[in-house]
Amino acid sequence: MSKVVAHFEILYTQLLNSEGELCGPLPKFADDQATLIELYRQMVRVRLFDKKAIALQRTGKMGTYAPINGQEAISTAIGHAMLPEDVFIPYYRDYAAQFQRGVKMSEILSYWGGDERGSQYACNSEDLPICVPIASQCLHAAGVAFAFKHRQQARVAVVCIGDGGTSEGDFYEAINVAGVWKLPVVFVVNNNRWAISVNLDQQTAAKTIAQKAIAAGFEGRQVDGNDILATRQIIGEAIEKARRGEGPTLIEALTYRLSDHTTADDATRYQPKEEVTDASSKEPIRRFRHFLHQQQIWDETKEKKLLESCTEEVQQAVDEYLNKTPQPITSIFDYHYAELPDYFIEQRAIAVEEFNHG
Amino acid sequence: MADITLLEAVTQALAYELEQDKDVVVFGEDVGKNGGVFRATEGLQARFGATRVFDSPLAESMIAGLAVGMSLQGLKPVAEFQFMGFIYPAMNQIVTHAARMRNRTRGRLHCPLVFRAPFGGGIRAPEHHSESTEALFAHIPGLQVVIPSSPKRAYGLLLAAIRNPDPVIFLEPKRIYRLVKQPVEDNGEALPLGKCFTLHQGEDVTLVSWGASIYETLLAAKELESEGVSCEVIDVATIKPLDIDTILTSVEKTGRCVIVHEGAKTCGVGAEISAMIMENAMADLMAPVQRVTGYDTVMPYFQLEKHYIPSVHRIKTSVLSIME
Repeated sequence: MSKVVAHFEILYTQLLNSEGELCGPLPKFADDQATLIELYRQMVRVRLFDKKAIALQRTGKMGTYAPINGQEAISTAIGHAMLPEDVFIPYYRDYAAQFQRGVKMSEILSYWGGDERGSQYACNSEDLPICVPIASQCLHAAGVAFAFKHRQQARVAVVCIGDGGTSEGDFYEAINVAGVWKLPVVFVVNNNRWAISVNLDQQTAAKTIAQKAIAAGFEGRQVDGNDILATRQIIGEAIEKARRGEGPTLIEALTYRLSDHTTADDATRYQPKEEVTDASSKEPIRRFRHFLHQQQIWDETKEKKLLESCTEEVQQAVDEYLNKTPQPITSIFDYHYAELPDYFIEQRAIAVEEFNHG
Repeated sequence: MADITLLEAVTQALAYELEQDKDVVVFGEDVGKNGGVFRATEGLQARFGATRVFDSPLAESMIAGLAVGMSLQGLKPVAEFQFMGFIYPAMNQIVTHAARMRNRTRGRLHCPLVFRAPFGGGIRAPEHHSESTEALFAHIPGLQVVIPSSPKRAYGLLLAAIRNPDPVIFLEPKRIYRLVKQPVEDNGEALPLGKCFTLHQGEDVTLVSWGASIYETLLAAKELESEGVSCEVIDVATIKPLDIDTILTSVEKTGRCVIVHEGAKTCGVGAEISAMIMENAMADLMAPVQRVTGYDTVMPYFQLEKHYIPSVHRIKTSVLSIME
């Protein structure tokens, strides 16, 4: 005897197609024009930041940087959908969410500029810093979510990861325990199809990444990650579901990395030209601008004004970053433990003398 | 006050801290209903409930990563790795996150957590159940490594580890889990981290050890005493931060030092202690520092393990070789 004992389906959501035409019902939040404009503003803001950050690296004023170009909608949607008391657990391509949650542009520049204070976050945040070891942050999100549940707080942990990261054990271990313990956590996969030079087809034989949630016993959804309306809607629903105590969700947001992996990479070595051209035509900002024009809530004058104000904000951040007083050499010792251990005292003195010696 | 084993002292310390600090949670594989495979968490779930003491899915990196996340929210997780030999999948979380979060965020976030693991050989266990790789952790900036060797020190040091605001690797010498009993007052008094314990005063040679090897070292010292060699015995207890001052003071007095540890010799903690003595007390030495350690081999399966673990005979031979 054989019979089907389980079956599943993965919902894909798109509300705004790649031409910027509505192809689904407008979500509730879209009733508010100010919200739509805010979502647009955040995407534009991070794109201008991104361009400037790359320029800083190219001119030797900053270290290696991981661009966000083309993936602005996902990060913007996360930042917009979360409540201040929630905790964001980023990977390293999540600036739009981080900015909305109070992280300063100059702090992100400091981080990539080789200054640990870039993760100190003056806004007194409980959010985690940028996480470089792939997928390891997923477990932190589960731990943070456990603390929320343990203390019966209506808070949610939101974690972001790339498509390559879903090959890591920590990703599976995290979704597994999140499912078992029904944790208030949302896993967002920025599926930009490339893990440095390795294409998604080489990462998984699964038809979707979203379906990996099924193995962990909870809902997985796919969304057009270049469609800010759908992405904001689906991520928002997942966050509120988690807040209601209904457990985790995995959201696979489909996008494309319209940039090098980092400034140390050259994507022209492996991204097919025609694929990049096609993906460029589907990027999130242009299609949303088209939509806003159609809704008659946006025009060239507003666009010009927005670009000017964002450019100014970015420039201010750059100035702040470039003019920041360097950390003293003692700082490399002073934050390892709550109290400075004895064996650091001698090493610290040597470092100070060496530093002063130049 | 009943006499208790090192294992029971661990349970007692966990219970004390669960009772007095609501942020403490205890978890790991089989630590709940089963009370841990060695029974270190025996009765804790029944007493404190499954929201405070609970089983986790079977994944070591997950245990470590969860503890990091919990601790970033101010919980004080005491997570158990069932055996030290299974800790390696968690190394990424321990080394790249637990150890670094305070520094990475310049003090904004920190990880008040304890990772407990039974370690060392001598209980006729299968492969991977008998490791002594404390040196791996001692090498990592941001970690603290603590190894008790008696019921009293297990109780006091575990309390200190849980109350410490930074990550502590707490390694329990399972060969002596039930070897000796001692009266331990359940008064919540912690012992200081980063301090050696001088177990026996002596004049001729300083014997430095930790964990289960303390017992062979003490036995060797006793036999040597009867043979006219006066031994000072120091239990390092905190491998990192190392209380080198106590060791140096002793070596300045005795002029000789033999370091005994079960872990492999090369780049073991003994090498660090020896180097510190050379850097700071060479003029006081009457003989080269000696190391009696596990061999630089894989820990043998249990049929041969007792020949790997430093024996009383090896310790005595080493001491006598520098008494000329």
